Amino acid sequence: MSAPALTAARAGLIRCGDCELLSRAPQSGGNLACPRCGATLHQRKPNSIQRTWALLIAAYILYIPANLLPMMVTTSPQGTANDTIMSGVVYLLSSGSWPLALLVFLASITIPLAKLVSLTFLAWSVQRRSTWQPEQRARIYRMVEIVGRWSMLDVYIVTIMAALVQMQPLAAIDAGPAAIAFGAVVVLTLLAANSFDPRLIWDPLGDHDD
Amino acid sequence: MIVGMAPRALLACPDCDLLQREPEPADRTVVTCARCGSVLYRDTPDTVDRTLAFALGASVLFIVANAFPIVGMTIEGRSNTVSLPGALVALWHQDMQLVAGLVGLTTLLAPGLVLAGLLYLVLPLHFGRQPPGVPLILRTLDSIQPWGLMEVFMLGLLVSLVKLEMYAKVVPGVALWAFGALLLVFTAMAAAFDPRSLWARIGTARSGTARSGAGRSGAGR
Repeated sequence: MSAPALTAARAGLIRCGDCELLSRAPQSGGNLACPRCGATLHQRKPNSIQRTWALLIAAYILYIPANLLPMMVTTSPQGTANDTIMSGVVYLLSSGSWPLALLVFLASITIPLAKLVSLTFLAWSVQRRSTWQPEQRARIYRMVEIVGRWSMLDVYIVTIMAALVQMQPLAAIDAGPAAIAFGAVVVLTLLAANSFDPRLIWDPLGDHDD
Repeated sequence: MIVGMAPRALLACPDCDLLQREPEPADRTVVTCARCGSVLYRDTPDTVDRTLAFALGASVLFIVANAFPIVGMTIEGRSNTVSLPGALVALWHQDMQLVAGLVGLTTLLAPGLVLAGLLYLVLPLHFGRQPPGVPLILRTLDSIQPWGLMEVFMLGLLVSLVKLEMYAKVVPGVALWAFGALLLVFTAMAAAFDPRSLWARIGTARSGTARSGAGRSGAGR
């Protein structure tokens, strides 16, 4: 890297996370309230890495029941069928609608997994103060923020199917326990992405001349 | 790009903290960070009036989308219709309170609160009055907005319709069209709204805090 870029932190300024006003960082340490909106100012999100790790680990744990337990329980005169996320995709594929199968596969399998792996990589690289490819890592973080929300798709599908198909004894669809676990995974990864401070990616760049 | 001698219009990138000077007005409509490329802000002309127009339209669509059935289906002569609130109630009674809460938060509560909050802000501003509690509302909007997932819900709706068509006759309801339209108007409303201009209306003179508006006095080192 060439000369270190001038960041707000290096210039002794803090950007208010709420109203974006720049204020002088207090010399003595301690917290300052934003002079315009009154929010507490932080140079970086407090305990960003620890919070991100905690939420990620919780998400990993719930990812297991989310994929092993049934997402959707279908009851008909022929019997009861339990569908996990994956078997739901396989069912869509075998019933001939591969575009739908692909869509659900992307939203329910690829995106959550990619999100977990990306955030783990980002948290890990920031923790060891890596200076490797910050532009690429910043791009990964933006992708996580944009694409992450779409993994909620399956929860909505189950909601609508379960509410609509309640015609006992002909056919009934109920949400399975995986719906709770999967919903929790989505929420936890959203929170993890939110508690990660992308500025930490760039901070180690100017370290050598501090 | 790095700080020059005119420190009046300094910006710090929220994603990489780089200090940079605000470009000349009307230079670009989307201003991105010189280092990491994240969007610093978008040029949003007439933010109050445009937001108000879209918010009023979205309110009507929001009511229609939630008051009427989204979809109906018929299996062997038996039919059933469902609205969004109806689906939440059904889920609740199937002992899926957590899922019902999550779906309710992301498709009903969050978009509803965003609509209400924006109307609360821009309706009085349109008539030249500043409503009380602007910072609180702006902060709340900022934290609620990421939880509104209506566009994902819309896609989920379409996927379920196609899935259900495999075994039953499916009839799209009024609310389905209302939802589609709501999505467009809601997105336009979010794009028209510029919290920066509202924050700028709040003076830096707050009681009890010393003046330290470096946004004006500049990066002095």
